[in-house]
Amino acid sequence: MLNNLIIFVLAAFLGTEVLTKVPQTLHTPLMSGANAISGITVVGALVAAGMTTGPWSTWIGFGALVVATINVVGGFLVTDRMLKMFGKKEAAPASVGAGQTNGSAD
Amino acid sequence: MKTAIIDLAYLLSAVLFVFGLKRMQSPVTARTGNALASLGMLVAVVATLFLQDILSWPLILGGLALGGLIGVALARTVEMTAMPELVAVFNGFGGLASALVSGAELAQYASGDVYGFGAVTAVTIALSILIGTVTFSGSIIANGKLSGWITGSPISFPGLRVLTGLLLVGAGVAFGVMVAYAEAFPTLARPMILAALGLGATALLLGVLLVIPIGGADMPVVVSLLNSYSGLAAAAAGFVLDNTALIVSGTLVGAAGMILTVLMCEAMNRSLANVMLGGFGGGDGPAAGLDVPEG
Repeated sequence: MLNNLIIFVLAAFLGTEVLTKVPQTLHTPLMSGANAISGITVVGALVAAGMTTGPWSTWIGFGALVVATINVVGGFLVTDRMLKMFGKKEAAPASVGAGQTNGSAD
Repeated sequence: MKTAIIDLAYLLSAVLFVFGLKRMQSPVTARTGNALASLGMLVAVVATLFLQDILSWPLILGGLALGGLIGVALARTVEMTAMPELVAVFNGFGGLASALVSGAELAQYASGDVYGFGAVTAVTIALSILIGTVTFSGSIIANGKLSGWITGSPISFPGLRVLTGLLLVGAGVAFGVMVAYAEAFPTLARPMILAALGLGATALLLGVLLVIPIGGADMPVVVSLLNSYSGLAAAAAGFVLDNTALIVSGTLVGAAGMILTVLMCEAMNRSLANVMLGGFGGGDGPAAGLDVPEG
């Protein structure tokens, strides 16, 4: 428990340092990418669905596994689709970002 | 030996997440950054699958296949302009998953097959149910505001703040009951399970009430904040399961998501408090929401 607490505090410091300067056009893709990473709970869902014994825990774990996998797979794919636009329109990334902001502000 | 390999794999996946987040801050390297982060996720999942003792393979593979297919279908077919609202749904699912993981663990303890339940376990389970469920319902409302099935203007009604306050108190009571009955559990299982369900239901309503007073134009900031919450919910689930991958990576993305949220607010010349309390501020509330010529 104490070890976990130490890991938690250090990871929190690391997390606050990892992002420094994010251009505004990348805010939405980065949010999307960070969302996919927060799907790490899929590991917990695997443990809950695959390693528990009772019927309740197994089926609740199965539900967790399905929604967590949607989050992870869909999250990384949709982030990749957003970022693909930056590769194509290297010259005008600002207009791409503006398009997204409009979409998100609807 | 086995646990050492799993922990090293989890460490590798956390390192890949850090590199991925770093590279996602520049347009040139962002796509490889996302690829690195997804590789990190693959490492964590494969390590868990092959090195822990999976009891029910068909269930696991079925769940991964079903979730994967739905995820691919949604991500492939969504319109470019509708992506932020899809991210909101995905994020809600992540929060829900963390709450369910803790629920499953509680059920496992209740069945009497696992021992060692204590007040600390109760606190971590209650935290991940609370944060995960608020994330879920809040994200669904954010999706509604972005895609238009809920009006984008701030929704408020007399007594909204009182109701929110009452729900907070209710959540606190349910939380307290869970901790108070920790020693008696699972011999006396009913109060614990009822309190956990009550906490989930209260948190579900709380997530709705926290997001409806915020204007549609501010939803990207709200989704980013909820994303930070879903990282913390994953970390709380990690404490429940004693799993380093969840604690390290959940906390990492929880903290990074919070920084990103602040950066997004700064880009709009707003403070986070201003965004969150936009519709709450009584007389000057709506004005605060209308400062920004967006949407």
